[in-house]
Amino acid sequence: MTEALITSLTIFVLATFVGYYVITKIPPTLHTPLMSGTNAISGIVILGALVVGGASTDTGSEILAIIAVALASVNVFGGFLVTERMLRMFRRGGDQKS
Amino acid sequence: MSDQDVLNIINLVYVVAAALFIYGMAGLRKPSTARRGNRIAAAGMLIAIVATLFNREIVDYKFIIPAIIVGGVVGAWLARSVPMTGMPQMVAIFNATGGAASAIVALAALIQLDQAGADIDVDTAVTVALGIAIGAVTLTGSLIAAGKLQGTINQNPVLLPGRNVLSAGVAVLTLGLGVLLVAFPDTLPIAIGLIAAGLVLGLLLSIPIGGADMPVLVALFNSYSGLAAAATGFAIDNNLLIIAGSLVGASGLILTNIMCRAMNRSLANVMFAGFGQSGAVVTDGEERPYRTVNAEDAATLLAYAQSVVFVTGYGLAVAQAQHELRKLGDLMEGNGAAVRYGIHPVAGRMPGHMNVLLAEADVPYDQLLDLEDTNRDLGNTEVVLVVGANDVVNPQARTNPQSPIYGMPILNVDEAQSVIVMKRSMASGFSGIDNDLFYMDQTSMLFGDALASLRSLVTEVGEILEDA
Repeated sequence: MTEALITSLTIFVLATFVGYYVITKIPPTLHTPLMSGTNAISGIVILGALVVGGASTDTGSEILAIIAVALASVNVFGGFLVTERMLRMFRRGGDQKS
Repeated sequence: MSDQDVLNIINLVYVVAAALFIYGMAGLRKPSTARRGNRIAAAGMLIAIVATLFNREIVDYKFIIPAIIVGGVVGAWLARSVPMTGMPQMVAIFNATGGAASAIVALAALIQLDQAGADIDVDTAVTVALGIAIGAVTLTGSLIAAGKLQGTINQNPVLLPGRNVLSAGVAVLTLGLGVLLVAFPDTLPIAIGLIAAGLVLGLLLSIPIGGADMPVLVALFNSYSGLAAAATGFAIDNNLLIIAGSLVGASGLILTNIMCRAMNRSLANVMFAGFGQSGAVVTDGEERPYRTVNAEDAATLLAYAQSVVFVTGYGLAVAQAQHELRKLGDLMEGNGAAVRYGIHPVAGRMPGHMNVLLAEADVPYDQLLDLEDTNRDLGNTEVVLVVGANDVVNPQARTNPQSPIYGMPILNVDEAQSVIVMKRSMASGFSGIDNDLFYMDQTSMLFGDALASLRSLVTEVGEILEDA
């Protein structure tokens, strides 16, 4: 096991715990925006695609990475935008609909 | 500035981005801070992407920028045009693209390392294999889920004979290929085989699951798309991928768990037990009497009630009747009644789906109650109106240990003074069993199409309240 792996594992474990404690506080009424929001965040893989795609020396992996960039972009843009759209609809009683 | 300096700055930006993701997600704790939270998370994503573009290793921008634009436009179009009733399919499709992206990045990273002739150590190989496998399973599994939710694929579970053996077999094959890839990381055909096995496995896992169990599956694949990203993060040594992937993975798993507990079925049961053929009611043969009522009588009951709870299920959305229901609620509220909506966690086709549908119909979010809060109020409620919900209000879940839904947390609407159930007919719900609620003394059945019935109710109640 390398040192880098252990650091990564530490980060993974910590992030999972943080995720648990943050997410369990989210009320059921917002679970759908939660799913679309976390979907947007899972588009983070675009970072990997950017580096692999931009640094590639062979066409095979470059094409694959570019496809991944496009797919991940769908997640990122679509995810955050649809979450915003949903959250805009939630209003309190007595509020004017914006 | 040296390459390492640039890399260090990028990694520092990643730390900020991670903080923004976490802080942003935390904003979803309340509807009042949720929008801001979403924007904060989006800002985190933006700075991460911009910072990455400064990575010295990236030499070729001419394809990256168009790819981002194409993906962005497609994503934005989907986000704007999908109706709220189509939200579960949308999330499933995003899960699919996310899984696919993770698998492809892992594969591309592998190919790149192979081409460079580098020594691929075990850690990298394992995480590449995981990224590929989980991503592939998520891709097909989510596409099938999307198809079922959309109705394109038959909603009824497709139960192939020996399906569990087949699934287990493919799972073992996937595992085997993964191990093989770790042993021989420079052998591309093995990687391709692993992808294929993962794709088939995803298909086999999704096909046997019925339409109304989809919330569990969508939540599970939501988690997987995060885990695939995290695995890829391990493989290419990107901490932000690991952090973000873990956040998403944890979130999906928590939601999956909530769904399963809300149905009182284990995840294994949902995935493998072949539950949920809709159709004929399973009774013990005895015809039990029930009370029927028409719109006018129901309206009288509603108009004079001072406390009402609307219990809605997916049927409401299918009938596109949410707006009518809200109008009814407004009328009653105008008359001084306390109007609340009791929402069971598995109402709809996705966690929280019902809430979004009702919010879209302009129902204020403080009228949307969850299971515990609703049950607390039901004893003091005069009238409950049940629209498009069945199993979640069936007292058998409390009273009958032989029932397939026994132990499932339900909305105890039988504790209210009067119950009006709106249904098309006496046919059973998802579980195929009879609902004791329908035959109780305080219950009246209002048959008909939900939208038509609600329109009548709105008219009738309106008239009564005007004359009053």
